[in-house]
Amino acid sequence: MIGPGNSILFLILRRMRAPLIALVLIYAVSMLGLVFIPGVGAEGAPAPPMGFFHALYFVSYTATTIGFGEIPSAFSEAQRLWTIVIVYLAVLGWTYTVLTLLALIQDRGFQDALRAIRFRQKVRGLREPFYLVCGCGDTGKQILTALDRLDCPAVALEIQEGRVHELELMDLRRDALALIADARSPAVLQMAGIDHPQCRGVIAVTNDDQANLAVAMTAHLLNPQVQVLARTATVRVTENLVSIGTEQIVNPFEKFADYLVLAMREPGCYRLIDWLIGVPGARLKPEQTPPRGDWVICGYGRFGRAIESRLRQEKVSVRVVEPRIDESGNRDTTVGAGTERQILEGAGIHLAEGLVIATDDDIANLAIAVTAREVNPDLFVVIRQNSAANQVLFEAFDADLVMQPSEIIARACLAQLTTPLLTRFLQHVKRQRDHWADNVILRLRDRIGEATPLTWDVRVDTAEAEAIVPGLRSQPASVRLDDLLHDPRHRRESLHCEALLLLRAGKETVLPAHETTLLEGDQLLFAGSAGARRLQRMILQDANVLSYVQTGRDVPGGWVWRWLGRGRARGGAPASGSGA
Amino acid sequence: MNLEKVIFGFFIVFAATLNFGFVIGEIDNPEHHMVYELFAAIVVNLIATILKFGDRTQVGAVHLATSLVADLQLIAAAMVWAYANHLAGGGITAQQMASVVSLAGGALFANAVSVILLIGETLMLRR
Repeated sequence: MIGPGNSILFLILRRMRAPLIALVLIYAVSMLGLVFIPGVGAEGAPAPPMGFFHALYFVSYTATTIGFGEIPSAFSEAQRLWTIVIVYLAVLGWTYTVLTLLALIQDRGFQDALRAIRFRQKVRGLREPFYLVCGCGDTGKQILTALDRLDCPAVALEIQEGRVHELELMDLRRDALALIADARSPAVLQMAGIDHPQCRGVIAVTNDDQANLAVAMTAHLLNPQVQVLARTATVRVTENLVSIGTEQIVNPFEKFADYLVLAMREPGCYRLIDWLIGVPGARLKPEQTPPRGDWVICGYGRFGRAIESRLRQEKVSVRVVEPRIDESGNRDTTVGAGTERQILEGAGIHLAEGLVIATDDDIANLAIAVTAREVNPDLFVVIRQNSAANQVLFEAFDADLVMQPSEIIARACLAQLTTPLLTRFLQHVKRQRDHWADNVILRLRDRIGEATPLTWDVRVDTAEAEAIVPGLRSQPASVRLDDLLHDPRHRRESLHCEALLLLRAGKETVLPAHETTLLEGDQLLFAGSAGARRLQRMILQDANVLSYVQTGRDVPGGWVWRWLGRGRARGGAPASGSGA
Repeated sequence: MNLEKVIFGFFIVFAATLNFGFVIGEIDNPEHHMVYELFAAIVVNLIATILKFGDRTQVGAVHLATSLVADLQLIAAAMVWAYANHLAGGGITAQQMASVVSLAGGALFANAVSVILLIGETLMLRR
C-alpha cells in the first residue's frame, strides 16, 4: 500500500530507475565508441571519427531499430564491428525497459495503488452531501441501493474483493465509489472522506463488531459533527459505542426480539411500524398475532438468547433446542440438532404454538422448519434468514415471520439517516395500544393507499419553506398545516400524504390536527407518495402556489402561471390523483 | 556502510567534478574545454537524476529539482555546441564557445547545490 502523498508519475519513475540507468549507460558507451573509432575516406584512406552530434544521431536510429543505414558516409570495418555491439546492447536495453514497464502496469500492487489514488481523487471531488458505508455485505448493499434510489451519493469500503465487484454489477443509477480496503485503518477512512466537509453520515455495518467500533471511534475523533450509525451484536461493543456518542446502534437480534414481543402484545402497532419502515415497493401486510402459548427455540446463539429473554419477560413458556450442551445449566434445554424429528418431539413441538428457528445456517433452518411443520401444521414459525442469496427458498417456505438481520439493520439505518423524525414517531407507536394503531392505519390507508409510503421531514425555515416564513413573520398564524395537505393544482383535492408528527420546541405532537397553525422552526414528519412530496415542495417554496392553496385565487405572479391558470379553466376539472 | 548511499554520493560528486573540469579555463578558448568532458558530464548527470527519482522527502525533492536544472543547462550547452559545429559551419567561434561554457557554468552551480545538500544531509544524520 502506498502512502497518500504519491502521484502516479513518481510511482512509475521510482520503479523504472534501473532500466532507465541501463539505457543511459548503453547510449553513452555506444556514442563514446563511435567518437573514437576512425572512419574511412573515399579512397580507402583513414578519415577522422564521427563527432558527438553524428554519433547521437546514429545511435538514436539504430537503438530504436529504425536503421537508416550508414550515415553520413560509408563506415569503416572498425565502425561496423562496433555497430554490431551497439545493436545488441540497445535492443537488450529497450527490451528490458519495455518489459519492466509492462510488468509494472500488470503488477497487483501497482494497480491497487492506481485505484486508491483515483478513488481518493473522486472522493475529494464530491461536491454534494454523501454517506460513507463501511462493509458491503447484504446490509451494506441494501443501504447503498436505497441511498441510490434517494439520489444520494455514497462511498463504500469493503475488505473482500468479490463483494466490490458485485457492487459494480448492481443496477445502480450512479456508480458507487467503492474501494477494497480495511475500514479499521484511519488512513483508509480519511481517503474515503470521513473528514470531508460534505460527509453527512458514517454507517458501519461490517460483520465485525470491532471494526464497526473502530470506524465509529475514528469518526468521533476526526469529525465529531458527523452522524454515526453502527451495527453491533455484543454488549461490550454496544457499551463502548454508547460512551462515544454513536447516534444509532443497531443490534438486529434485540431489535427483532422487541418487534416479536410487540407483535404479540399489540399486533396493530407492529403492523404499522412494519409498514412505515418497509422497503420501497412493499405493501401493507395482513395483521399477524404470534400466539402466547408454548414456544420452542432452535439454536441458542445470540439471536436465540435475545428472543428467549424477551419471551420470558412476557411470561411465555420457552423450551430451547441446541446441539451444544449449555454450560449455564438451563433446565428447559433439549440437547440435540433441531433437524431430527425425535429431538423436536422431545422438546414438545406437537404441543407448542410457536417456533423460532435461530441458527446461523440457512439450510439447517429450513430443514428444521419443514420437519416441524410436518409434525405440527398450525405452528407459528419465525425463521432466521442469514443470507439474502437464499431469498427464493424462504419465499417458497412461506414462514409467518422471517428475521433477516441485514434487512433489519438496513431499514433502521435508513430511517435514521433520511428521516430522523420517523424514529421518534416509531418510538411513540411502540408505546401505543392496538386499537390506536388500527385507527392510524385506517386513516393513512384512506389517504395514501396500501403501498409502503415515503416518509420525509419538513423544517419550517427559510431554506425549506421560503414561501411560508416571511408570511409567518409579518402575520403570525397565517398558515395552517391543512394548507400543506392540498393539491396545488386543484385545491379541493387532498394531497396523498398525511402529517405524522409535529416537533415544536422539543415537544412532540403525534398526528397533529389539520387546523394547527404553523410556527417558524416547526419540524414536521409526513408520509405519502413521492408525487405528493414534490407537489408539497411547490407549496412550501412558491408564494403564489401557497396563496392559491389558501384562497383559491391565482395571484398573477407571472405570465407562466397566468398561462397555466388559463389552461386549467379551459380544460375543466382534470382527473384527480395525478400527483402519484 | 550502505552501498546505495555510496553510489548515490558517487554520482552526485562525480557529476559536479566533471562539470567543474569542463568549465574551468578561459571562457572563450575551445582549446581549454574538452567536449568529451561535456559528454561525460551529461551522462553522469542523467544517471544522478534517475537515482533521485521517487524519494518522497523534502530534501529528496530539492535534490531532484537541482539535478533537473543541471540536466537542462548541460543539454542546452550541448545543443549550442552541436549548432556551432554542424549547422552554422566554419567551426566554433569564441563567442559560441563562451556561451557553451557559461551554460555549463550554470549547471555547475546547480551541481554545487546538490553537493551541499548531500553534505548537509550527511551531517544531519551523523551518529
